[in-house]
Amino acid sequence: MSLQQLAHPRHDYSYAFLDEFAKRELRRRILKAIAIPGYQVPYASRELPMARGWGTGGLQVTLAAVGPTDTVKVIDQGADDSVNAANLRRFIARMAGVQTTTDVLAATIIQSRHRIPEERLREGQLLVLQVPVPEPLTHVEPSVTRARQMHADADYALIWLELHEQLVRYRTFTGGADYPVVVHGRYLMAPSPIPRWDTPMLHQAAHLTLLSAGREKRLYAVPPYTDVRPIEFEDVHFQVENQAGRVCAQTGAINRFMNEVPQPDGSSRYILSDTGYAAKLVQRAQGEGVEIGATYYDDQGRFYHTGFLHHDD
Amino acid sequence: MSILDVQGFSKQFFVHHLQRQIPAFNEVDFRLHAGEFLLVRGVNGVGKSTLLRCLYRSYLPTAGRAIYHAHAGLIDLACAADVDIAALRRTEIGHVTQFLRARPRVSAIDVVIEPLLSQGHSRAEAHQIAAEWLDAFGLKADIWDAYPSTFSGGEQQKVNLVRALIVPRRLLLLDEPTASLDASARAALVARLAQIKAQGVAMIGVFHHPEDVRDLVDGELHLTNVQVDYVAN
Amino acid sequence: MMTRPSLDQPRLVRDVPLLQARGLSRRYGAITAIDGVDLSVYRGEVLGIVGESGSGKSTVLRLLNLEEPADAGTYYLDLPGYTDQNLFTMDRYFRRQIQIRHIGIVYQNPYLGLRMRHTSSGNVAERLIMAGERNFGTLRHAAKTALSASEFPLERMDDLPIRLSGGMQQRVQLARALALRPMLLLLDEPTTGLDVSVQALVLDTLARIQRELQIATVIVSHDLGVIRALADRVMVMRHGRVIEHGLTDQILEDPQEAYTQQLVYAKL
Repeated sequence: MSLQQLAHPRHDYSYAFLDEFAKRELRRRILKAIAIPGYQVPYASRELPMARGWGTGGLQVTLAAVGPTDTVKVIDQGADDSVNAANLRRFIARMAGVQTTTDVLAATIIQSRHRIPEERLREGQLLVLQVPVPEPLTHVEPSVTRARQMHADADYALIWLELHEQLVRYRTFTGGADYPVVVHGRYLMAPSPIPRWDTPMLHQAAHLTLLSAGREKRLYAVPPYTDVRPIEFEDVHFQVENQAGRVCAQTGAINRFMNEVPQPDGSSRYILSDTGYAAKLVQRAQGEGVEIGATYYDDQGRFYHTGFLHHDD
Repeated sequence: MSILDVQGFSKQFFVHHLQRQIPAFNEVDFRLHAGEFLLVRGVNGVGKSTLLRCLYRSYLPTAGRAIYHAHAGLIDLACAADVDIAALRRTEIGHVTQFLRARPRVSAIDVVIEPLLSQGHSRAEAHQIAAEWLDAFGLKADIWDAYPSTFSGGEQQKVNLVRALIVPRRLLLLDEPTASLDASARAALVARLAQIKAQGVAMIGVFHHPEDVRDLVDGELHLTNVQVDYVAN
Repeated sequence: MMTRPSLDQPRLVRDVPLLQARGLSRRYGAITAIDGVDLSVYRGEVLGIVGESGSGKSTVLRLLNLEEPADAGTYYLDLPGYTDQNLFTMDRYFRRQIQIRHIGIVYQNPYLGLRMRHTSSGNVAERLIMAGERNFGTLRHAAKTALSASEFPLERMDDLPIRLSGGMQQRVQLARALALRPMLLLLDEPTTGLDVSVQALVLDTLARIQRELQIATVIVSHDLGVIRALADRVMVMRHGRVIEHGLTDQILEDPQEAYTQQLVYAKL
């Protein structure tokens, strides 16, 4: 007996890979997530032709939301050209027959791992963030049952206790990426491991953000124009990563989130983390007519919501 | 004005592991008025201290009534609720014994002013009052801030007396308060007792040397193993 | 034992007790831990509960701390807004609010009362954080105040409890329990397991705090010395029931029940 005889006869895949029932379930879950900002909605995470932990959560949301007229951008830590981003982009394009782009302004859906683009997203755009650990209380309350009860009671004392401990021991907040935020004054939310630099971008954003963890089978949302506040004390404030003094070696950009590139002589160079934005800056420097959107931070490092970021001295 | 009416007051101890009843006193009757001093007499072991403790409710009386005329109304000390007794102990009824229960790390002056503080006096005020009392009882000022557990028996007794007497009471139960005092302190105590008696405080006392308080006594209660005789002077 | 009909009904004291619990019962499977326990505690008063292990005294404390539900009984605290609320039938959320704001507890085992891998100051600050305080300066100040009131050496306030001695751990627990100035303080064998000299110091601190704050306190101990040092009134428990209660000196000097006599004479 040959392999051909054993295998199922070949069928075409459904549009966007997932069957219609799976997409319907996801869409219902997404609507619920949007209705309760920051609340983790469980869903039946489907098998995909890629391993859990490689963006399957984000991918399912993208596949449930995408339509033939969409234009999709996929980034991984800011880069359009990483293997993971390229694979996801190709898969989505092939299964949904959509255009792809590296330009934020041209995209209708942006699936991202661990970054939000530097250029401001606008109304109507969808940002899909891949989430490894959706439960922001995991580090302080290992019991899922108790953590759920804490969400139900909006009892987040343990998170503030954690901040207290950081200040007492290290005199500063030591939280890096995935800095916990409170959404719409109610639910504590893990914003996925975006750098602190990106955290304020979620606050009162014009676009919709969907966050999805395929392995943990949970998705949640930040609807447009929703309050998203990083947790901080009244007298000790949340701070973004200091980018002062860093100049992009490729584009000369300052006050953007930079990747550090160690040099053989022990020094460091910096290049923009957001490659789509960097590419456009390079094109413009070469005299090409390219549209560059407004950014969340200006060249002085000021955030576009004036007063949102406090500067402690 | 009557302060205390005691009728048929009795006490027996029952020791379960011996299955034995141990009688203390039986069918005691007396009446005490404001400003009166009742001396309890009787041979050793006849239950003089036990009577005082039953009135203070350190012991639970077995039968009888002890109607006390409190500011807030009449109450039977034999069966009053514990919280009522506790309240009376704080404000109206004092028990003066010869034993001081010293607490670690509490200085003599702090032991003494505690009842004043709980009555709402300021610290400075309380200190002033306490200083006057300690001085009267001949306790040297340089040990006021020391811990009484390091004191001699006589000194401890002085601290104890001042603590027991410093807040004005309506009824004082005196259980051999002069036992380990020197002559001058004894004189100071008697003078103080005379003074507060004149202010209307009623007292019931058991004294080893009743002659100390001879001039204060208004009536005597003779306890014997079989019967009790109340003799008015 | 002679009947004392009016013993429970105060005539002179007109205040409402801070704590009133009636008919507390709790079963664990086939085992009856407590059965019909009544108690009341007034403001500024210390109620002692004595009894051997398994008599149900710690269960009473757990129920009073709203840690677990009662199978039967009512529990009232005279708090503004909650006067007529049986706390056992109240919503979990409000029970927790009351537990945080109005009840402090010190356990015999510091592992039950403290986060061993958080700083001592953090353990104290947590109570304020739970009550909604979000100012770091205020939290630091409050932790310092509460720890020094418990006579804890401030130079060690940021040490982890796991590195502290038993006596120090109890002081951190006490500071944590008192940080929000609760109306009710529950002490579960607070000095058991400490060296005798340390025990005396902790007792002394407890007595001073009790004097100064006039909190209603329930202390559970099998150590009659501790009860004598702190309690105004005592309840004797056996097999989940209260067999005798009275003023501390009366229970210790003139116990009525055979069991209490045995307990007291064994001590002397």
